[in-house]
Amino acid sequence: MCLAIPARIVELEGDRAVVDAMGNRWKAKTTLLPDAKLGDLVLIHAGFAISLVDEEEAKKTWQLIAEINDFRDTPNKVSG
Amino acid sequence: MLEQIYKAQRLMDAACEKMGRPINIMEVCGTHTVSIFRNGIRPTLPKRLKLLSGPGCPVCVTDQSYIDSLLELADRDDCLIATYGDMVRVPGKSGSLETKQSSTNVKIVLSSEDALQLAKDNPDKTVVFVAVGFETTAPATAVAVKEAAAEGVDNFCILSGHKLVVPAMRGLLSEKNHNIDAFLCPGHVSVIIGFGAFAEIVEGFGRPCVVAGFEPLQIIEGLGAICQQLAEGKATVQSIYTAVVTKQGNTTAQKIIGECFEAADGYWRGLGLIEKSTLKLKDKYSRFDAVRRFDISEMPAEDKSGCRCGEVLCGLIKPPECKLFEKTCTPDSAVGPCMVSSEGTCAAWFKYGRERRR
Repeated sequence: MCLAIPARIVELEGDRAVVDAMGNRWKAKTTLLPDAKLGDLVLIHAGFAISLVDEEEAKKTWQLIAEINDFRDTPNKVSG
Repeated sequence: MLEQIYKAQRLMDAACEKMGRPINIMEVCGTHTVSIFRNGIRPTLPKRLKLLSGPGCPVCVTDQSYIDSLLELADRDDCLIATYGDMVRVPGKSGSLETKQSSTNVKIVLSSEDALQLAKDNPDKTVVFVAVGFETTAPATAVAVKEAAAEGVDNFCILSGHKLVVPAMRGLLSEKNHNIDAFLCPGHVSVIIGFGAFAEIVEGFGRPCVVAGFEPLQIIEGLGAICQQLAEGKATVQSIYTAVVTKQGNTTAQKIIGECFEAADGYWRGLGLIEKSTLKLKDKYSRFDAVRRFDISEMPAEDKSGCRCGEVLCGLIKPPECKLFEKTCTPDSAVGPCMVSSEGTCAAWFKYGRERRR
């Protein structure tokens, strides 16, 4: 439950943002991260940005998520 | 990358040799538990290094009485239950939120904001938000409560099941029969509370605390750092998740939690009553407290007979030692919460940890 997802702020009005991770977009709020700006990469948890995150770290997490999806989509990859 | 792994392994081996007895490291985060299994980390560790999965899954540590109260509220015609998806399958005395006849009263939301919106869209119903989770999730609840107060959304309330990680660690170490040598501390909880929050565990109990992220290399290096401390006879707070975790944490989030909530004694499944370990709404927000609005009793309920989730959560037994594991208790028909939640220790053991039988 306590896993946050890195995403980029692509729209921002007050503390209401739209964020993007790997092409998925959803609404989030920046109330807990008042200095967040348009274009920033942030960690999103339960609809709220909780921390800034750098490009390299975000990529690592996205890669991990993509790998899990690949793994799930490939039948009998390890079960044999 | 390989060099970092070898270095961590050398540190682990050295600590095992130096200590001359098994070393028990507890991870206190469900996401760590799952990542450790999914990445096959356990088999790579020295035999004498044991990982214990602690009370790190919010769904799992939620007391039975909380679930039963929710089920009662779901039966009322005048209520809508707004919950994170993780909670709907947890069994209570009379089914789960998912299997309730009245399941049309149960709505899955992705954030506290969605729950507040649900209240605005349904002014003739009282929306009860299932506020569970540790310090990562609590500020989101607090923001919604503050907004409800500011906008006068009086048909919104929360049933707070929010819990605090550090008091739980203190509770575990205060038990006489605990066997914990060190903690691998949660990554994203620490984004909020800051790694400085673990100082009381290090100072009060002399147990090393290392914050790590969720990728396999972070976890392996975290275990290496813990072993280095154990071998040197030291206990300090350390964070190797420097990308997002600071010493002081997210102070805006801490402040918002503090405005809405106060720490109160509360019940945890398996761990019992722990002092100042749960978050309760402050008096000025009490009209948003479902406990007061519906006069809910907070007495702990008895666990179902035979289910040993409590001992699993304290790291006292491994899931296969429970008689129900794999037999009557599976992810498809779970008896206890540690099997229901995808981050539960029993679910992780079921999915990844069983020995292959031919």
